[in-house]
Amino acid sequence: MSKPRKQVHLAAHFPGVNNTTVWSDPAGGSHIEFDSFKHFAQTAERGKFDFLFLAEGLRLREQGGKIYDLDVVGRPDTFTVLAAIAAVTEHLGVTGTINSTFNEPYEVARQFASLDWLSDGRAAWNVVTSWDAFTGENFRRGGFLPQEQRYERAKTFLQTAIELWDSWKGDEIVADKETGQFLSTPTAGSFAHKDAQFDIAGQFNVPRSPQGRPVIFQAGDSDEGRDFAAAQADAIFSRHSKFEDGQAFYADVKGRLARFGRTPDQLLILPSATFVLGDTDEDAAEIAREVRLQQVSPATAVAFLEQLWNTDLSGFDPDGPLPSFDPVVTDVEGLISKGRASVRQFAKDPVGLANEWRQIAAAKQLSAREVIVEVTGRQSFIGSAETIATEINRYVQEDASDGFILVPHITPGGLDPFVDQVVPLLQERGVYRTEYEGTTLRDNLGLAPIGAQVTA
Amino acid sequence: MSDSPNLLHLAVALDGAGWHPAAWREPDARPRELFTPRYWVDQIQQAERGLLDFVTIEDSLRLQSDDPFAPDARTDRVRGRIDATLIAARVAPVTQHIGLVPTVVVNHTEPFHLSKAIATIDYASTGRAGVRVQLDARADTNAHFGRREAPPPLRREDYADINAPELRARLSESFDEAAAYVEVLRRLWDSWEDDAEIRDVATGRFIDRDKLHYIDFESKWFSVKGPSITPRPPQGQPLVTSLGHATVPYQLIARSTDVGFVTPFDATQAAAIVAEIRAEQEAAGRASETIHVFADLVVFLDNTHEEAVNRKARLDELAGGEYTSDALIFVGTASELADLLVEWQAAGIAGYRLRPGAVPHDLAQITDALVPELQRRGAFRTSYEATTLRGLLGLARPVSRYAAIGGRA
Repeated sequence: MSKPRKQVHLAAHFPGVNNTTVWSDPAGGSHIEFDSFKHFAQTAERGKFDFLFLAEGLRLREQGGKIYDLDVVGRPDTFTVLAAIAAVTEHLGVTGTINSTFNEPYEVARQFASLDWLSDGRAAWNVVTSWDAFTGENFRRGGFLPQEQRYERAKTFLQTAIELWDSWKGDEIVADKETGQFLSTPTAGSFAHKDAQFDIAGQFNVPRSPQGRPVIFQAGDSDEGRDFAAAQADAIFSRHSKFEDGQAFYADVKGRLARFGRTPDQLLILPSATFVLGDTDEDAAEIAREVRLQQVSPATAVAFLEQLWNTDLSGFDPDGPLPSFDPVVTDVEGLISKGRASVRQFAKDPVGLANEWRQIAAAKQLSAREVIVEVTGRQSFIGSAETIATEINRYVQEDASDGFILVPHITPGGLDPFVDQVVPLLQERGVYRTEYEGTTLRDNLGLAPIGAQVTA
Repeated sequence: MSDSPNLLHLAVALDGAGWHPAAWREPDARPRELFTPRYWVDQIQQAERGLLDFVTIEDSLRLQSDDPFAPDARTDRVRGRIDATLIAARVAPVTQHIGLVPTVVVNHTEPFHLSKAIATIDYASTGRAGVRVQLDARADTNAHFGRREAPPPLRREDYADINAPELRARLSESFDEAAAYVEVLRRLWDSWEDDAEIRDVATGRFIDRDKLHYIDFESKWFSVKGPSITPRPPQGQPLVTSLGHATVPYQLIARSTDVGFVTPFDATQAAAIVAEIRAEQEAAGRASETIHVFADLVVFLDNTHEEAVNRKARLDELAGGEYTSDALIFVGTASELADLLVEWQAAGIAGYRLRPGAVPHDLAQITDALVPELQRRGAFRTSYEATTLRGLLGLARPVSRYAAIGGRA
């Protein structure tokens, strides 16, 4: 008898402020009106998805000293839009990316505990560090931390938040009208935490929420990030990679859990993924090519070149060859592109990367824009519904992932065809739920309740 | 923008099971549900059925305490709460008309975060968001945050003489910081002009970046660069409110808000407070702008005066002492309350923020008895006449301060 089939986990990432989101499509709707979030969330729930995911960006991106205007610009506040989404859904988890640099543990802990209450146990936190002084200019606590301190702060921030959530055990609210006793103890919520980052003490003011604490996500693929996830996270949000690389990543991260006294079922691996769905595989490939051209307009192609070459290329012809001169080398702070994590990769070895792009251009006879289309592509699954369902299931059954966080390229309707066509095929194969199993996000992710972990 | 001078405005202030400390013990109270979304949705939908202008939701960054300066270790009162801003957001999609005004403690939070949070509630409610700004300089609250630059907390002895110059200087400093915070909120709401999103496929531009503006706010407390990450909200400027009991907080009302909550005990005091705020408003250069002065009242309402007095007495007995408040405590019938509201209206009070003594009883009395009574007197709306909170309060939608400048800021 073969081992039981794993269940596929699916989540939906609201399309973000990258060029992968095609705002120019006639079907593209508002990125800020609540109806778009409602439509997207209700589609995800119709597809029995585990959760909706929101990224974070706390300063508008700039390039060459000007606000970057070629991609979608503008987004809502994370906590409040998730609370509003909780009002128009019943089962869908609500996952917010919140950084540990420009916030305080007491405030973030009470916001997540409140969100967990207001969603009846569906809150999740993707813990990230913020990396630049540029973003810090929007905050009273301002500034930024050196690389090594950012992870230190993230770890101790999360630890402090957990102490705050655990400061209420869950049985303190007696509310006995007859005796007049509301709290079982005057010390409910008492905490004290002191380390290099935080020195706080007092009483936390939100009683223990339905899940005990939000589900914890960690994003990022670095060695440090993997350890952080293995130690404390319930799920890891990683970049999509090729099948074999996915298996290697999966084995590596799951393999780290034992060191922290945890079992493989206590951490889900959910890579980000995009999809292009067609009636046939050939049809999907053709749509995918069109989408790539929409994602990389001539102006966007030049903007990408400017990011790598780190210089103003206004007037450059994107339909001609790549620039013949080499990129301007600088440290991260000297980059002309601000507020964009991807350019850190460019800064590592810009001349080497430019030479790679030149080799691709020469080998495939590509113009500058065609090179950008080629090298910045992030289309994970392209094909008919049958092909995509098969491929997703292969990744999950063969341990390249536990599922995917899907990012459509159209807001808000981009998820609809996936839910209508791919989800039923996964259900037919018995690898995807037809009804939600539980009432909390932890339940639906197949994670043990927090209380059970404590007493085990 | 119709704002009939005959009509008064009504808001309710929601806090736990009501404002009386024994309210949670009433037979119809739902103390075990205080932390559930259903509880808040029910209350606010009820307020909306009563055509009220808005609800405020109390909040704090510490456990409730009867002691104004320290934790009280009591176990016989409602303790614990959930974030008011998130309650407002959670209720926004399931209401249609009523304004949502959460309380926010400004001296420990980030104005950048709050600005986009209120803007997002404004989107989720299509134009019904506001905020009540509040200061909390208590030692126990400070200890929850790691800010080293926090000024030393105010203690009981600092309040020995309310008019002492040192106390006034300390309060002025705190309220100046609050005014700076509101200035950042307002600049960030204006930092995107309304028509900044252009989606120009020909040039590949999603926005016209000349219509986005750095706010470049600098002060001794904080600096914020901007622009907001959230486009200009539906109301342009969501409602800003605050509560005051003395000159320094009246100055904040005059400088920074659209609605000020005050606590007079009779019509004469009401007129004097309104006059003081108007003078401060003029001094702040806002004489031409509308600032509504609302009176706060704690209300215990029943069908007869005697029933109300008896109920209040019963609650006091349960609580182990007479309930006192910073605001006038009104005990009586809806008709008696309507007399008072109309009388104070003549003294310059534009509306009232009623604090129900016990929920659901006093909230239902407001919506089902007081409102019809005021309607009979021609003193309250009979249907919602506007789709935004600013509209309900007769406030125009302002153009962005940066649009007036034009071009690149």
